[in-house]
Order: sequence, then C-alpha cells, then structure tokens
Amino acid sequence: MAGTKAARADAPAASGDGAESGVRGPEAAFQVELLRKMLLIRRFEERAAQMYGLKKIGGFCHLYIGQEAVAVGAIGAIDLSRDYIVAAYRDHGYALACGMEPRLLMAELFGKATGVSRGKGGSMHFFDAGRHMYGGNGIVGAQIPVATGVALKIHYRKEGGVVLCWFGDGAIHEGSFHESLNMAKIWDLPIVYICENNHYGMGTDFRRVSSVTDFAVMGASYGIPGSQVNGMDVLEVHREVSAAAEKARSESTPIFLEILTYRYRGHSMSDPAKYRTPEELESYKKQDPIVIQKARMIESGIFTEAEFAALDAEFKTICDDAVKFAEESPEPELSALSEDVFA
Amino acid sequence: MSLITFREALRAAIDEEMARDDSVLLIGEEVGQYNGAYKVSQGLLEKYGPQRVIDTPISEGGFTGIGIGAAIAGLRPIVEWMTFNFSLQAMDQIFSNASKMRYMSGGQFSVPIVFRGPNGPAEYLASQHSQALQSIYSHVPGLKVVAPSNPADAKGLLKSAIRDDNPVVFMEAELMYSWKGEVPEGELLIPLGSADVKRPGKDVTLIGFSKPLRMVLEAAEQLAAQGIDAEVVDLRSIRPLDEAAIYDSVRKTNRCVVVDEAWPFASVGSHIAWLVSHNCFDDLDAAVELVSGEDVPMPYNHSLELAAQPSVEKIIDAVKRALYA
Repeated sequence: MAGTKAARADAPAASGDGAESGVRGPEAAFQVELLRKMLLIRRFEERAAQMYGLKKIGGFCHLYIGQEAVAVGAIGAIDLSRDYIVAAYRDHGYALACGMEPRLLMAELFGKATGVSRGKGGSMHFFDAGRHMYGGNGIVGAQIPVATGVALKIHYRKEGGVVLCWFGDGAIHEGSFHESLNMAKIWDLPIVYICENNHYGMGTDFRRVSSVTDFAVMGASYGIPGSQVNGMDVLEVHREVSAAAEKARSESTPIFLEILTYRYRGHSMSDPAKYRTPEELESYKKQDPIVIQKARMIESGIFTEAEFAALDAEFKTICDDAVKFAEESPEPELSALSEDVFA
Repeated sequence: MSLITFREALRAAIDEEMARDDSVLLIGEEVGQYNGAYKVSQGLLEKYGPQRVIDTPISEGGFTGIGIGAAIAGLRPIVEWMTFNFSLQAMDQIFSNASKMRYMSGGQFSVPIVFRGPNGPAEYLASQHSQALQSIYSHVPGLKVVAPSNPADAKGLLKSAIRDDNPVVFMEAELMYSWKGEVPEGELLIPLGSADVKRPGKDVTLIGFSKPLRMVLEAAEQLAAQGIDAEVVDLRSIRPLDEAAIYDSVRKTNRCVVVDEAWPFASVGSHIAWLVSHNCFDDLDAAVELVSGEDVPMPYNHSLELAAQPSVEKIIDAVKRALYA
C-alpha cells in the first residue's frame, strides 16, 4: 500500500480540479452519496448530543463529529454483502455509514425496546448482523482479535470478502493488536486494520504514550505493509481503503492503514477536552471533511448550495423523526432482562 | 462398550464432530504438528489438515478472540488452552466478548464456541500452573461450564458442547487424561445441565464434579465399609446447574457434603452449599459441609500440595461431621 494511490476503477479521482465540471454522471452521484452520509452522521450526532443534554440518553456517549470522512469513505469502499466491519465504541458513524436506520439507532440510545440492540447495548453497542456490522465493541482493543476471527472465517470459507477492523490510537498499544496482526499475517487473512487516529486516547495525546508517532510503521514488524491516509478527505479515504481492501481480498493478506483524523468533541459527553488548545481544534475545523467535500463539489460543478441546504433540511426531518420514534417507543419489558443471555 | 482413556474419549468427540460438521475447527497451541500438549488432538492434523487444526503462536488472548470472531461469523471453533492457567491471558475475550456478544446485541449473534483444556492442580507444578478456575468462569452469565469426571461423560458432554450455540468452557485435568473408562459405542450425546447420580445411597449426599469425583467415590466406598451409605451426585455441568438433581438427593438423605477443589471463597462449592442450605433448609439434619482446596497458592512440595487439596480423608471427615458421627 505504501505509495499506492490507486484511483477507483470506475471513475476519475475527482478532486476539485474541474474534471467532469458540470457533468452529473456516476462520479457526481458517488460524491453526493459520500457527502450525504457524512452530513447525516454530523446531524445525527448533533442531535444525539442535544438528547444527551436533555438526559434522554445516559452513560457513555462517544460522538463521531469531525471524523465522518473516515467511516463514510472506508465503508463506501467495501461491499457489505460479503465484507464485514468490526469497530470500537465510537460507533454511531459506522452504523450510519453501513446504512443502519437512524430511528433504530436513536431508539437504542434512548434504551428503548425498538433499538437495534433491543435497548440492551446503548451507544457503544450498535450491531447489525445482517449488514455485517459487527459492533460496537466497548473494551479498547478487544475487538481486534474478533475481527481477525471473522477474517479467518472468510478465508476458511473462501468467500472473497474482507474485514475492516477499526480501532483508535489508544488501542494500538494493547497486546490484542499485536497478537492479531501476527496471526493475520501467518494465516494470510483478508483484513484491513484501520487505526483511526483522532490524536487522543481519551485525554492523552498519542504522542505522549507512543514509542513511534508514525503508526504506519506499526505493521512492519509483522510483515504487514502500512500507510498513512488523510482522514479529513473523504475521497482520499475512499481511494486508499478501496486499494487496501482490494489487495487484502485478492492477495488474501492483512493490510494496515493509519487514518489521521480529529474529533471535535470530547472523548465522551462528559469530557470537556481541556487537554488541547482551542487553536488546535480550530485548525482541524478548517479542514472539516464536510466543508471541504462540499466546496470541492460546488467548485467542480456537481453540487450547489441550494442542494446542500435541501440535504440539511432532509436530515433535520430524519433526525426529528428518529427522536420522535425513540420517544414514542416502549421501554423494554422487564422480561427482556433475562432474554438473550443464551441462544 | 470399549475401555478407553479420557484423552481418547475427548479425541473421539472432536473427531466425530469434525467429521460431521466442517464448521468445526480446532485452534490452539501445539494442537497440530505436536499432536497436542497432552495428546488429545493426536492424529487430527493429519486427518483434517492445517485449515481445520490450527497451530497458534503463544497468544492466548489473541487466538481466543479469533475463535470468538470466527464463531459469531458462523464457524464452530474449539479453542484449546494448554491449561486453564493460561486462559487468564484470554479472560477479557471470554468475559467481555464471548459471554456478552449475544446479550448486548439484542440477540443478534450466537457464539458457538468451546474453550477447553486441563484445569486444576496436577503434580509438582507449583502456584502458577495449579489453579482450579471454575469459580471464575462459573461467575459469568452467558457462559456454560462443563467439568466431566470420566471418559464416557467427557465424550458425550464434549460432543454436546461443540453442537451448542453458546460459549462453553469445558474443563478437563492433566491427571485425568490417562484415566480409563467404559464408553458406549456409537453416537453419545449427554445434554449439558444434567447431573448424574454416580452412586445411589440414603445416608448423605456427596456433590462433586471433575477430577475430585474419583476421590468422592473412593470415600463413599470406604464409608460403605463403615456402614454409611453415601449418594454421589456428579454435577457434570456447573452452568447450567442441575439444581433439581441436587435437591432431590438432599431431600432424600437430609445431609450434604460439597466437594470442590477450588479455593473456598466465593466458589462453585460455596455457592452450591448456599443453594442447598437455602432451598433444602427444612430437609437438612445438619449444616452443609464444604470440602475445598485450601485458601493458599499451590506449593511445589508434594506433601504440601496434597495437603492443599481435598482428599478422601477430608471428605470422610466432613461426612462424619454431617452425620454427627
């Protein structure tokens, strides 16, 4: 992967250079879809924060605002009919990028019986087995072996799929990461390990606790190639994950990507994020993935401000509906307490 | 019937289930080329190949989690831990993932996986390699825990465990692998959660499981020679627990001694003693006795390590206390 900049096979890597200016072809539809998903995540998360403030949502609630391009670009690059994702607890963005229903997610946040996990998982435990969205896992790094096991199944069954295994910069020092990469390599498993580096493991700057700060090298001691990706650019994420997934799939091999991003909010809703400067936050907001993608699309003539406003209105309605659905949904029956302990 | 060893019975169970269902894999340290640290998996690599009998590096947390991932994606892995002492490296995977994946996903996932290996003290292995860890795994909702005491039960229970759609912690013991027993020919499936009365009796109920069951039976024989007729209930499964079988026996004998080689504090044995005390209160003629391992790490010295474990003598003493004899 290092150095490869493979474009999507079916479209030019439009990057605001005027290519296809004014043409509403497949490339435009593709980019609109990426923008739509990012904006949906942004608006959903803003609404979740609001509902948290109103105490409709409790516990830990880790928002994805600022990181949208990572989930959307990467998940847009795979085929969930045969591919899988396994992620950590900051999972709202992946769930929406996988096409999970906002109302079922909001109901889960509200702890309602209609939630995706029947109100028993909450913010950190979104799952959709049918969409191959395997969580939603709350223990830092513990999902990495699980994801590797899903890749073992794909390999054993010769299904031609690939797993995207997500974790943060905080998880990369867990033994589970290192054990998994080693086994994925010796067993030729088709998996893309994505270190989504948002710069802070809770309140700790990753540079304070890492022997190397270029995580792209972390796969090297396991013979796994790695590269860094700009996670604020959805097209770059899409392009790089497409290439990585294709290589993992076709060569049945693990790949490692570090996708650099930034979260605008604290680690969770209870974190005021005093460990970083306002200037740092502002510098990332200038690279906002939605703003730059929107500007790029407008510049290349495939999108307009009016269309963006219409999208925004659409997602406001969707979020209103999600909240209404969650509000009106029933609490789980007490009998649900002892259900689903065993199959 | 054929007279085979405990390890042969386990091997037959794995072999039969692997032949029956190609989603069954065996994963662990030394399970393949080495033919198993305790030779349980002897010959299976040759028969099923490296795609299904998978040698791992020494990465218990990693390969245990990999087994869990393969299970939720549709395979039926058997994860062999060389011993349960090393399973502690993998405990996060068992506690946080295997036991909770179904619940926290609202029932979307099954986790059909077996974690197996030798548990409890053997001989001369000292503290870190002589731990009976059933209390810890039995504590966790979402896990089944099985601990057979003879080859026939081992085979029938392991086959059921492999077919179960839930995570099953299957406990063996180093010293049991060479024990011989009669095993019925043909398909043998013993449901999880069914205890077995290994010796009927009327004077006192002895409850045990796994390796100590042999000394429980020996104690019962010696008691019989003294005119005390003990009933021996082999739990076989700790989770689910066959409470009915326990209470049926205690309500008949009115006295109960629980034998569990684990440490006594917050143990399977202490929990069962509480269950019996609570649920058979009106039937009991004496306090429930518990014979456990001593509350110390295991020493290397052989006399000391034997003193740290239940023994026939300790069981007989406990029975006599229960009988005020």
